[in-house]
Amino acid sequence: MGTDLLVFALYGAVTVALAWGLAGYMHRVYAGERVFLSPVLAPVERAFYAAAGTGPDRLQGWTGYALAVLAFNLAGFVLLFAILRLQGLTPWNPEAIAPMAPDLAFNTAISFVTNTNWQAYGGEGELSYFSQMVGLGVQNFVSAATGMAVAVAVIRGFAAQGTGRLGNFWVDLTRTVLYVLLPLAILMALLLVSQGVPQTLAAYARAITLEGAEQVIGQGPAASQIAIKQLGTNGGGFFSVNSAHPLENPTILSNMAQSVSILLIPVAFCFLFGRMVADRRQGLAIFAAMGILFVAGLSVIYAQELAGNPLLASEAGVTGGNMEGKETRFGIALSALWAQATTAASNGSVNAMHDSFMPLSGLVMLVNMQVGEVIFGGVGAGFYGMLLYVVLAVFLAGLMVGRTPEYLGKKIEGREVTLAVIAFLSMPLGILVFGALAATVPQALAAVQDPGPHGLSQILYAYSSATGNNGSAFAGFGADLPFHTTLQGIAMMLGRFAFIVPMLAVAGALSLKTPAPASAGTFPTHTPLFVVLLMITVVILGALTFFPALLLGPIAEHVSMIAGQSF
Amino acid sequence: MMTHLRPALVMLALMVGLTGLAYPLAMTGLAQALFPAQANASLIARDGRIVGSALVAQAFTGAHYFHPRPSAANFDATDSGATNFGPTNAALIAQVAERAEAFRTAHAVTVVPIDAVTASASGLDPHISLQNARLQAGRVAEARGVPLRDVLAEITAQAEAPWLGLFGDPRVNVLRLNLALDDRLPLPAPEGDSPTG
Amino acid sequence: MSKQTLSGPSLAGLAPRAGRQALAKLDPRALVRNPVIFATAVVAALVTVLGLRDLASGAPDAGVALQIALWLWAAVLIANFAEALAEGRGRARADSLRATKTETQVKVLRQADSPHDSATRVSSAALKKGQIVLVQAGDIIPADAEVVAGVASVDESAITGESAPVIRESGGDFSSVTGGTRIVSDWLVLRVVSEPGRSFLDRMIALVEGAERQRTPNEVALNILLAGFTLIFLFVVVTLEPFAVFSGISIPVVFLAALFVTLIPTTIGGLLSAIGIAGMDRLARANVVAKSGRAVEAAGDVDVLLLDKTGTITFGNRMADALIPAAGVAERALAEAALAASRADETPEGKSLVDLARRMLGGDGAPLPVAEAIAFSAQTRLSGVDLADGTKLRKGAVDAVLRHTGATLDRGLAASVDQIARSGGTPLLVSRGDRILGAVHLKDIIKPGVRERFAELRAMGIRTVMITGDNPLTAAAIAAEAGVDDFLAEATPEAKLDLIRKEQDGGRLVAMCGDGSNDAPALAQADVGVAMNSGTPAAKEAANLIDLDSDPTKLIEVVLVGKQLLISRGALTTFSIANDVAKYFAILPALFVAAYPGLAALNLMNLASPQSAILSAVIFNALVILALIPLALRGVAYAPASAAALLRRNLTIYGLGGLVVPFVGIKAIDLAVGALGLM
Repeated sequence: MGTDLLVFALYGAVTVALAWGLAGYMHRVYAGERVFLSPVLAPVERAFYAAAGTGPDRLQGWTGYALAVLAFNLAGFVLLFAILRLQGLTPWNPEAIAPMAPDLAFNTAISFVTNTNWQAYGGEGELSYFSQMVGLGVQNFVSAATGMAVAVAVIRGFAAQGTGRLGNFWVDLTRTVLYVLLPLAILMALLLVSQGVPQTLAAYARAITLEGAEQVIGQGPAASQIAIKQLGTNGGGFFSVNSAHPLENPTILSNMAQSVSILLIPVAFCFLFGRMVADRRQGLAIFAAMGILFVAGLSVIYAQELAGNPLLASEAGVTGGNMEGKETRFGIALSALWAQATTAASNGSVNAMHDSFMPLSGLVMLVNMQVGEVIFGGVGAGFYGMLLYVVLAVFLAGLMVGRTPEYLGKKIEGREVTLAVIAFLSMPLGILVFGALAATVPQALAAVQDPGPHGLSQILYAYSSATGNNGSAFAGFGADLPFHTTLQGIAMMLGRFAFIVPMLAVAGALSLKTPAPASAGTFPTHTPLFVVLLMITVVILGALTFFPALLLGPIAEHVSMIAGQSF
Repeated sequence: MMTHLRPALVMLALMVGLTGLAYPLAMTGLAQALFPAQANASLIARDGRIVGSALVAQAFTGAHYFHPRPSAANFDATDSGATNFGPTNAALIAQVAERAEAFRTAHAVTVVPIDAVTASASGLDPHISLQNARLQAGRVAEARGVPLRDVLAEITAQAEAPWLGLFGDPRVNVLRLNLALDDRLPLPAPEGDSPTG
Repeated sequence: MSKQTLSGPSLAGLAPRAGRQALAKLDPRALVRNPVIFATAVVAALVTVLGLRDLASGAPDAGVALQIALWLWAAVLIANFAEALAEGRGRARADSLRATKTETQVKVLRQADSPHDSATRVSSAALKKGQIVLVQAGDIIPADAEVVAGVASVDESAITGESAPVIRESGGDFSSVTGGTRIVSDWLVLRVVSEPGRSFLDRMIALVEGAERQRTPNEVALNILLAGFTLIFLFVVVTLEPFAVFSGISIPVVFLAALFVTLIPTTIGGLLSAIGIAGMDRLARANVVAKSGRAVEAAGDVDVLLLDKTGTITFGNRMADALIPAAGVAERALAEAALAASRADETPEGKSLVDLARRMLGGDGAPLPVAEAIAFSAQTRLSGVDLADGTKLRKGAVDAVLRHTGATLDRGLAASVDQIARSGGTPLLVSRGDRILGAVHLKDIIKPGVRERFAELRAMGIRTVMITGDNPLTAAAIAAEAGVDDFLAEATPEAKLDLIRKEQDGGRLVAMCGDGSNDAPALAQADVGVAMNSGTPAAKEAANLIDLDSDPTKLIEVVLVGKQLLISRGALTTFSIANDVAKYFAILPALFVAAYPGLAALNLMNLASPQSAILSAVIFNALVILALIPLALRGVAYAPASAAALLRRNLTIYGLGGLVVPFVGIKAIDLAVGALGLM
């Protein structure tokens, strides 16, 4: 156990160190300054702008920026839906996989456009190589880049000196992909291949096992896909069981590299924020709040999994950590770390089956998603999500210092509060209202695999994951029923765009305000006290909203389990 | 919206070209050149015949082989999957109890390693714990008619240590272990589930 | 001077009327303005209907339902009562103001210079803007007006509470009179400046009464947030039934309704408007009338205070601070000469010199025999006395005395004179015959306590800027002594305006006070402008707050009241939301224990039964509003401190307190409910 704690500490140290460096690099990239890759990439960048008829000098206000985001995502959705539906006609389909059903294609297209990467399908059986690369792979890049661009635009709004300009979406998108995601993905993909992740266009391999059975081994251009799925907090696996699959995540090194890359960009955004608002303490405060919540969640999951399932001990006489749905090479510690990192970071990948985790571990994962994926969260999305809580925390407690609440010198007034409330409503709407429908409608209930409170956890997890744009699942839940593919598609859109648009509007409103210089009377937002306040806001608002439902799901399951009850 | 349509379509087309085609194809080329074995599912050949992937579990049921962890996917490497049973699911508990009973019977032990009776995440977990392997060793040695000590030595030889001495649990790859057994401690008579079968 | 303030009757006296008002406020059109309380009322009505239905059908829980309904209505009524109580104070004040507004006959002249006996009489109610009116001793001034001719003393106690009459005359900064005040002596010819019904008095009545109360921006924002919370908890409660059914139980609608009301922020929702009204009321008690609520809120946000030097930072006049004898002159001789030379000087400077000399002489020493007092003349710029023996004692400005005596300063005295000038003081010389005896140091005296006040303001993050007509040297010295952060010397109205704009461009909020017409542009530009009631109509029009006491230091009070208002809102919001945690632990285990008995472990308060738990939470919910009414009306205790210190303190009291108090309260009520056999 001491070793495990050292493992967690090393993981944190490496991730934070790399993120710190990356933040400095990203700061230069988004400011359009020269970086070491510029000699190679700058000509490509200019060519992109020329072709699209745009450029860094064409600054957009929040409406222009938001419309560009929506137009680009709409186009991406149409293209991906078409690719999935036309799967029979497209190349690189050695296994002759048939077109996807319309409702599943709708769900999958939305899932990847919204950076959710919920998989209601199994990759090996239902997707051709072409669909993986040209369909999903492209969205892995651009949906991540969309989130990052929006976050950068939102930060610009918070930092702006009354200009009302948030930047140019096309420029931010291009720079994100060219300078940040693509170079990192190339490095990551090569590392993964070296560890045994396939990267081929050849057909599935066929083997005759030692006992004489035929075994077909699914493969394909996996490494390139997996690299970006982690970096972009997408999480949509090449294979059905995602990074638990030994070909998707074969070694400890591949596992640690993926674990780091899951949190790399979300952590970097905290530091990037500090640089962009020219006060690194502000970024460190948000990092501290996220970091402490992260460690708290990890502690619960690790302790629960290590202790194991008391029912297996009492009923089957088997003791030990909870290994159901876990891989031997990862064991308890690395599975717990991954579960916390991915559910916190809105990365839908798994290296162990969340459905089979202990009830309180499931509770932590649910809370990570239900608070809106703001404990680091998705690339970009987690950060602007946390800024929503910052706005709410500052508004709630800021009044208590006897001034109109302000953040970074900008007053938080009616308009910002209205928009923040609208954005905040998307989580309870998508999780509670849609979840309640799913718990009521008979066609939906068929999806629930497990009896007892765990069944409710499965419903809650599905809709929390969709609305939070996480993408992981309590996979026993039969998400491919048309009821769920449709309703979850709507939940994913809600969680993405009903959040992006109001947050851009908040940034737009703030960008018009001239920041007031800080004084002793200013609400301090870089102190430990603020860190505590921010964490309390996240936990209390999240808890107040979802606690009743969680009580009937994972908490009820836990107390029943302690009482020796199974269902 | 219309003013954004052109950049949207152009940008999407450029991104498809760059990230959907150029990137994965370039990576494929590079991977095939640099890491040909790994890039093609780390296949293992015996006598010019592919017997499986070093990374993917395959079914072993014969008493002379070490057995991998239970697979909810039935070792189908085109349809990976887990049980996804919740921890309070009575079916899970019944299943584990049944496997535990079978393990105790088969190996005449009281202690049951947890990984031997719980299904893995992928259904293709290539490893088992060292404890699991050692408890199976007696059965394997008996079936092969070799000293237990030799089988245990094979386990030790094939054991994989934690990365950097810290990361991950000690474990052994079942396919590699069974291949090593076939190489070094072959079956006395070519009957039953022989490798040539 | 006796002084009455605008403070109204006691709370206890207002309660009966507020009680009646609380019932009247059940009108849905009034309730809908407050989303939280409106939602509570709707739920209360629903539960009442359900309870009556259960009663009619003989269902077992009808008694509980009706009790819950009762307490839900209580919460609504208590919230209404709080608002009515706050309004009641303002109304009582308005009534006393209205009493001064009697309809009278007024004497209207055709022109300002028409003979007084040509006046025609009309009713004061018919008076129009621009008409010329004659008022004489004993008359009530019929409308806000500007003095066109005449000088008179006016009793303004009806408006200001100040019993000493003030002088009003045409031209200059004392030309404005207010309707409702009374001429004590002489006469005035006035030009009416307000339309009927829109006089200063009318507006003041409307303001203190709250009739014109508009929600302030911050209150609007908070209301939106509270409405958002209400909507979220609606989602929570409405979806709870499907989740419960999935879990194999069903929750009675009455219990769900009770849960909903206890979760929505009824505490702050019920007290929000009372806090706002009470804040305006606190200002009124400080004799400041706000022309809009926005200004009060802005006062809390002020970053920069522009303060006039004279009257705010220093006493109005310079005073003698020290005597510096010339070489070879005894200090005592200088004091005697100074005393004699100032004996006839009635100016404040002269009197202060007499006081200083007397103090130095210690009361003994016979006064010098004075033959003739020489008054100050613009020609010589000297004053003094000629003694019986013909000796001329003079004092005056340095150059004037030097010219008068023809002497030169010795080196030591020259250095002292220089030093006085550089320190911002004014040096005078005293001479006896043609000999210079020494120098007098006249200086601005900083009002006691001002320095500490500015330090407090600095700790709160507010910069103070002193405005003065003095030269920069003098200004810098006084600024340093008074402890202001900055100063504007040789200030002109344009320079003031520029300074305000410059600060505002830097994102800062600026407050200032002023009285003269030339202050009007700056008052209008400032975010918070306080006009002296004695000031010109233009200044009062441009300002958004009017200080009836005409006390320039009042600006600081205004800032504190503004801050207290915001803090009260924030504190009660935090308290209200923190309360929900305990309410969850009271109600949810009670609702769910039927489905999963293990959840009883979460019944931290060990409440008697599910019904009692829910009823206790509802009762607590209503009573906590009642308990917090005094706090809402009084405002949260506030001492100037840095934002960080305030946050720590208030977060501990209202955040942590909000978590703990309901655990104790609900448990206590549960015990009481059990003891009284209400279940």
